[in-house]
This record gives sequence, structure tokens and C-alpha cells, in this order.
Amino acid sequence: MSLTVTELSSRSGTGPKPPRPSRNQLLWMYEHMTLIREFEERLKWLVETGVPVGAVHYYTGQEACAVGVCAALQPTDWIASTHRGHGHCIAKGVEVHRMMAELYGKVTGTNRGKGGSMHITDVRVGMLGVNPIVGMGATHAVGAALSAKVRHTTQVAVAFFGEGAAAFGALHEAMNLAAIWKLPVIFVCENNRYSQSTPVEYAVAATNIADRAAAYRMPGVTVDGQDVMAVWSAAVEAVGRARSGGGPSLIECKTYRYYGHHQGDDTRRYRTREEEEAARERDCIKRFREQVLAEHALTAEELDAIDEQNKEKIDLAVIFAEQSPLPNPAELYTDVFVTGAR
Amino acid sequence: MKLETVAAVRELTFNQAINEALRLEMRRDPTIIIMGEDIAGGAGLAHLGFVDAWGGSLRATKGLITEFGPERVLDTPIAEMGFVGAAVGAAMSGLRPIVEIMFVDLIGCCYDQIINQAAKMHYMMGGQIRLPLVIRTAYGTRGDGKRTYGGGAGAQHSQTLYSVLAHVPGLKVVVPSTAYNAKGLLISAIRDDGPVAVLEHKFLGGAAKGHVPEEAYCVPIGEAEIVREGRDVTLCGIGRMTHVCLEAAASLAGDGVDAEVVDVLTLSPLDETTILESVSRTRRLVVVDEDTPTASMARDIAARVAEKAFDELDAPVKTVNAPDTPVPFAAVLEAHYVPRPIQVVAAVHELLGTGA
Repeated sequence: MSLTVTELSSRSGTGPKPPRPSRNQLLWMYEHMTLIREFEERLKWLVETGVPVGAVHYYTGQEACAVGVCAALQPTDWIASTHRGHGHCIAKGVEVHRMMAELYGKVTGTNRGKGGSMHITDVRVGMLGVNPIVGMGATHAVGAALSAKVRHTTQVAVAFFGEGAAAFGALHEAMNLAAIWKLPVIFVCENNRYSQSTPVEYAVAATNIADRAAAYRMPGVTVDGQDVMAVWSAAVEAVGRARSGGGPSLIECKTYRYYGHHQGDDTRRYRTREEEEAARERDCIKRFREQVLAEHALTAEELDAIDEQNKEKIDLAVIFAEQSPLPNPAELYTDVFVTGAR
Repeated sequence: MKLETVAAVRELTFNQAINEALRLEMRRDPTIIIMGEDIAGGAGLAHLGFVDAWGGSLRATKGLITEFGPERVLDTPIAEMGFVGAAVGAAMSGLRPIVEIMFVDLIGCCYDQIINQAAKMHYMMGGQIRLPLVIRTAYGTRGDGKRTYGGGAGAQHSQTLYSVLAHVPGLKVVVPSTAYNAKGLLISAIRDDGPVAVLEHKFLGGAAKGHVPEEAYCVPIGEAEIVREGRDVTLCGIGRMTHVCLEAAASLAGDGVDAEVVDVLTLSPLDETTILESVSRTRRLVVVDEDTPTASMARDIAARVAEKAFDELDAPVKTVNAPDTPVPFAAVLEAHYVPRPIQVVAAVHELLGTGA
């Protein structure tokens, strides 16, 4: 069964008290949401000043989704990401200087400069890959979950995907396999309303993507993707279920991307100024900050200090990327075939 | 015949050899799993227990679920994109999956997972992952050119679509031709840390019976094999076409022509050296390929030899392929579709100027 945003918020008054993040978790959430924002804003500036960082898809606006979900994970858990993947990478612990170096096509990048924005991967932190073949990453998360089950570990895997991928067959195959094999997967749909320029109302024959869960006998919820606490709370429940052998879940986060589909996309061709402004009113970072300050959970000084740290981190990431060496041309020919056997 | 001689030449069919390779490797390594449609069959039916109803469409996986259980022998729904994708994810995260795509014709249903995902991941991720994945799939028609019936499976269940796999950098592609090299190549593929496609000819599955040692052994990926030595012409065969080449060579011997036969065995990475060395001795080449000719392996091999050994050739390279048509249904048409020894013999006589 899935719940709408309104139903979900109204439930909080009656149901069992939802878990609360610890102080450290709150700090972690703020740090990572703002680090993603800072990374993407700096990247946008770099693009606009002509730095050739290749094709990029800004995550700005959706930070609460990646951060809320990853806050519920362990370092040994896995995530599979989408073309709009910088946020997932940062939330899962990929180092921003290696990400930036990758975008610069430098040999110090996460993928030695051979992947770029759409292929950033760091398996050491459980990041199985940004994947721009929309929907395919979900099947890889299912495979990682299968691996956990066969090897008898307690790891879980998260499949991030957009509402655009929800129309793609791979998602349905992935959800069905996860359900029949009862795998520890959490399907996280970031419904940012637009698949490139195509609105969700046109492309998806469902009111909520989470409604699809019922067809695969898994729990599905729709949450406010601009509310990191709501995302985290749903993720904690789904991850707990997955880890204890309860099988897969689907979480739909209703969210919004602030910029175009990619760096060259002018949203005004298909979105109104009013719609965009209304979405920014519900900014996840602004709301989080207001909430934790109002509840005296964190102080303004703490949050400001994090902002400063993040700026410095991104400054250093850009310097690292700029100063790193380019790949040797001979690298064109390396790592084509996997060598070695056992 | 003495008893010990009988024991020394234990014979298995091609499919039995595949089955034995899977079984031995699964015993050796608990991280190996196999997935595919009806590879066990009857999954979950209480009255079957761990006994397979099918054992794969061509029975190559028969009995494996009884030994290894349903956690490692996974029947899948009809979802090639999903389960091949799951195998890719599992290969990235600690397992060594083997998937069976029932027929290579179905590869369109999961082509992205093979060409964009499995084949490219190691490279585009900067070498940080291994991807030990085996894709087994059956190809070809069942008709043998002599029988009066064909496979009768028609255009979408009879193709030889290996050039579309060999085309993709990062994917190894092997095409065994005998029970012996089927077992050895499959074991090499399973032990390989990267993705390997193993193409098994439907007709050879039950027909190619031969000596297979009981123990595990590797036939190396990337090496062609000279299966018949000769002086006058090199016949290059792929998979079942190696047998067509051997039949042609036997027939040519009667005409006084001494043909060498090279079994290509691995399409990617191709063993150019063995082919070029053979051509440098015989100075003539005919490549025989069951695939359609446009952008085929036969023409790729022909082009490589033309580029690298033009001066050593006494005649143009010839190719013998299936025609540029879909595989037809009617037996009489299918029999004309598959390259036959007589066509190879004719091609050789044309090269030698000895034809009728």
C-alpha cells in the first residue's frame, strides 16, 4: 500500500512514534546535503565559465533523497545510481576531489578519467556506478542483493531511479526478481516530475510510482522528497526490513530538479517560472535548517561552520582536479579486457 | 578392444561436457551461481523437490539443482534484461554468475546489459572492478544439410548472432566445436575475471560426441587450433563450421588437394597469429561462417588477412557464409541456408583454378 504526502504527514499524529535521527546523524545529513549543493553549484559555475567537464546532470534540489536514504545505510551496503548521480555518490561517501578530477578527465579521478560524470563509480564505498542507461542500475542493485543473500551477509542494496525509468521494462523485471527471490533491495524512485522534458503525468500510468509496489507484493510508500527526515524515516524502515530478511521495498520521493535535464537544457521551454519558484520554496536544505534550529537540535554556528568547511572542500577539490595529471595516451588501450583468472 | 582402451576414451556429448564443466567448477567455487529460464525447471513445485523438470532447454544444466540447490541454481522468469542485469550486479559484488540465454536470438532482450554494461564496466570504471560473468547461449540451426528436416525453429530461434558480440570491446567470445573444447573453454570462461560469452551450437549439443577427460582442464581463450594440417589451402571454421571444413578437407583430399583446417575457437580476442601463420604456409584462405555475411566474422578475418598478409596470398581470400537472409522455416530452404561442405570444396577449387 502506498501513501500520499498528505496521508504520510497526517499519519505521524496517530501511528507509532517514528524514529528520530541522533544529533550526529542530523549533522551528517546537513553536511552531506550542503556538500552536494556546493559541489553542483560550483560545477555549474565551472560549466558556465567554459571548463570542459563533459555532459553533466545536476542533482540540485533533490539532495534530501540521496542523503535521507544513505543516512540509513552502512558503509558496506551498496547503491546503484542514475545519470543524475553526483548526489548519490557524495551521500555514499565518494570523495569529492576524486569526483571532480573525474569530471576534469584526470587520471586521479574515481575512474582514472575513463568514465566521466555518467560513470562515476567507487566500489570501495559501495557505490556500484552512476549509470546513464536509464533503469539498468536497478537490475545491478538486485544482483548485489542476490550476492548478499548467496554469500549470507547482511548487506542491502539500494536502486536509485527516476520516475522516467519507472516506465522502463528493466525496472519491472528488477522489482519482480527482487520480490520472487525476496532480496534485500530498496527501490528508491526520485520522482522529480520530468523525464528530460516529458512530464510524469504523461509518461506514467499511475498516480504514484509507489502504487507499483502492490503488483510486486512489496511495501511501497510515497514520501515528501524535500523532507530529509521523511525520506530517512522511510529508508530506516525499508532497510531494516531488507536486512532482516523481509525482502524488497519501494520508496517514492516526490522531489524536483532545480535545473535542466543536463547542463545545456533551458527549462523554460517546458516549465513555468511559477512552478519552479514554488518548488524552491520547499527547498530541502532551507527547510531542514529552519526545522533543526527551531527545535534547538543544532545551532546556527554549527551549521555555518559546516557551510564553510564544504566551501573549502570544494575549493580544494577543484584545485586537486586542475593540478592533477591527464591520463597518458597509452591509457586508451588499458583495461579493455579484464585480465586474470582464478 | 581392450578394456583399458575403452576407459581411456570416455566419450561425452557436447552438452554432457558443458554439464560436467559447470558441475566441476561449482564444486570448486561456492561463489558460482547459474541463472536462466528453466535451467532447472519446475522451480518451487513441491512434488519435485530439488529434482529438475527440464535441466535447461537443451538439457545442459540437468541435475545441477539436485547437487547445488535452488540458491545457486536459479530458475528465472522470462526477464533477460533483469536477470542478466542481476548477474552483472552480482559479478561486481562478489559472485561469479553464469547466465544461460536460451537462444542467442533472445540477446536483443538483454543486449544493453551485455554491450553497455558487462563489456564496458571494467574500462569505464578505470579498472577498479572485475566482472567474472559467463553468458552461455545456444546458436545456429539444427539442420545438418543432409537431413531432410530442418530445425524448424524459423527466423527468430535459429540465428548465429556472434559477430554482434565479438564487435564489442571488452567482451570475450568463444565458440567451441567439440565436446573436449566445450568443456575446456567453458572452464576457462568461468575462471576468467571478465565477461565471456560462450556460444554453443544447438546441433552440436547432442551430436558432437568425443573424448573428454574426467578432470577439470582449461582450453585457453584467445587461441585458435590447427585441427588438420595441410599444404594447399587454409580452411578457417567457427563452431559447427569447423566440422563442415573437415568434411570439405576430406573430400578435397580425394581430389588431391591438401587442406589445413583452423578451428578459430575464440572470436574475441581473435588469434590472428595462428591464422596468419597458417596462411603464410598455404597461401590460400577460405573462411567458413554460419552467420550472415554482412559485417560477419568471416569478412573480418578475411580483411585482417588481406591487410596483414596480402603479399603472402596466391589468390584472393574467399568467404563462405549463410546468405544475407533470415533463417527460413521450410526444411528444404533451411538446408540451403547453412553452408555445406560442397560450397567450401567449390570455393577451394575456384582458388586453385581446378574447378569444373
